[in-house]
Formats: sequence, structure tokens, C-alpha cells
Amino acid sequence: MKVLLIDDSRTMRNIQKGILTQLGYTEIEEAADGLDALSKVLAFNPDLLLVDWNMPNMDGLSFVKQYRGKGGKAPIIMVTTEAEKTRVVEAIKAGVNNYVVKPFTPEGLSERIRETLDRVAAA
Amino acid sequence: MDSSYITPFVKSVQNVFEMMLQLEVAIGQPKLKRNDEPSFDVSGIIGMSGDVEGAVVLSFPTATAERVVSLFTGTQLDHAHEDFPDAIGELCNMVTGGAKAQFTGRSVNISCPSVVIGPSHKVFGRKDVICIQLPCSSDAGEFTVEVTIRQNSLPAGSTPEAQASA
Repeated sequence: MKVLLIDDSRTMRNIQKGILTQLGYTEIEEAADGLDALSKVLAFNPDLLLVDWNMPNMDGLSFVKQYRGKGGKAPIIMVTTEAEKTRVVEAIKAGVNNYVVKPFTPEGLSERIRETLDRVAAA
Repeated sequence: MDSSYITPFVKSVQNVFEMMLQLEVAIGQPKLKRNDEPSFDVSGIIGMSGDVEGAVVLSFPTATAERVVSLFTGTQLDHAHEDFPDAIGELCNMVTGGAKAQFTGRSVNISCPSVVIGPSHKVFGRKDVICIQLPCSSDAGEFTVEVTIRQNSLPAGSTPEAQASA
């Protein structure tokens, strides 16, 4: 399974990469912002995307809208400090499948990843 | 500054450090910080805009910052490492984002973090807004959270705490 990690913080990408590796997902591509992700997503063709919200150049919400607008179907988990209900609703409307608020525990993120993939498999 | 704007930062810094670093943080008596008073050696800075505007600074002595970053990343990183400022910035991002989330009913945006490294540097905020300094202590050492924010607009009869507990 291929996972695209989109976060401007390399530290956060490394933490998430460690959790994904523990779950057995080792085919991981990284992007530092929405623009970088747009340039990689079609060629990489991920099965799952983890997307931060606040990033320079292009934020995560704009990326999600553009990715979905271009017909991208892979499940997306927004991993962000944006915890307000209005933001969660905005993200879901844009096409996000699940939502994780930073800070998170490894168990919490793992559970959301499993939950998201299970939902997609059951659909 | 309304003191109810400070409580969210107390809760958030404790939550972030506990969850991401497994580090308990004790908060001392908040105090007013003069504009010309130096911060510590390593500072993460984030701006807030919208219904609440200003800046938040997470400031550490170098040794404390290095211990905190090592706990966060799981790797020994000294302050000269290229990933060191990134880790400090992300911690500042989570602390500020966690506090912002408690300003229920307000539309607030936070900037991408900036990080300053240098002995006893000064961070100058807006002159017309007071800076509240939260002294923090942990097993990794002492550090501070400096909050210089003000509200731009507030729904009648509401306070951040009242809305947060609603």
C-alpha cells in the first residue's frame, strides 16, 4: 500500500512515517506542502494520503479540493492542529475521509488509519 | 489582555508535552513580560490573526530545547542540526493550535512557525498589547510560553472560557 505524507514539518513526517512503518506500510512518499503534493500525487498514485492543513505555498484544504477536483479517489486523513468543529466540517465537505487532531498518540493515529481503510474497503 | 485567554495555553502546553513527549509540565505564576526583556536562546514564534490577533512564543534555554527536541524526534539532535528548528516550530504550532481550538466561536488563523536561535535574543511584539509570560518547568528543564494577543471582536456576553465550557 502506498501512502503520501503531506506536512511542512519534516519532524512530523518522520513521526508519521514511523507509525506507518510499524503498521507495515513502507511505500511512502513525502511532500512538504500542497503544491509539492500536487506535483507528486498523480505519478505516485497513493492508496492513502495524510495531509496537514497549515502549510506554506498551498495549504492542505486547497490541496484536497484540487486533488478531488481532478478526480483523485484515494482516502484522505487530515492530520492538523485545526481542531474547531467548523474546520472539521469544512474539511469533510472538501473531501476528507477522516480527521486527526495534533497532538496525537501513535495508537490514536494508527486507529484512525485502520478505521479509514476499513471504511473504504467496506464501501 | 483577558486572563481567560491564558488558560487555553496552560492546558495546551501541558497536553502537547504530555502526549508527544511523555513529559509533565508544571506552570508557575504568570507574569507580565517587558518588551525589552530577553527570551531564552531558542524561540518558536507563531502569529495569530482574525478574531484574536497577536503572537505566541515558546522559548527555551539551549540545553532544554535540545532535550525536548530529542524526546520529540526520538533522536539526539543538537541546536545546529538542520531538523532542530523544524521540531521547535512544530511544537510551537501544536501548542498554539491547541490553545486556538479553545477559543470557541472565534475565527482565528495561525501562521506557519518561525524559529529564532541565539543567546538571550529579544522578541518584540506589539507595543499596545501586553505580553503574559507563563513559566514552565519539566524534567527537561525550564522554558516559557509568551502570549501577546488581543481580541479583535467578541460576541456580546461571551468569554473564551464560557464558550469553551459550553
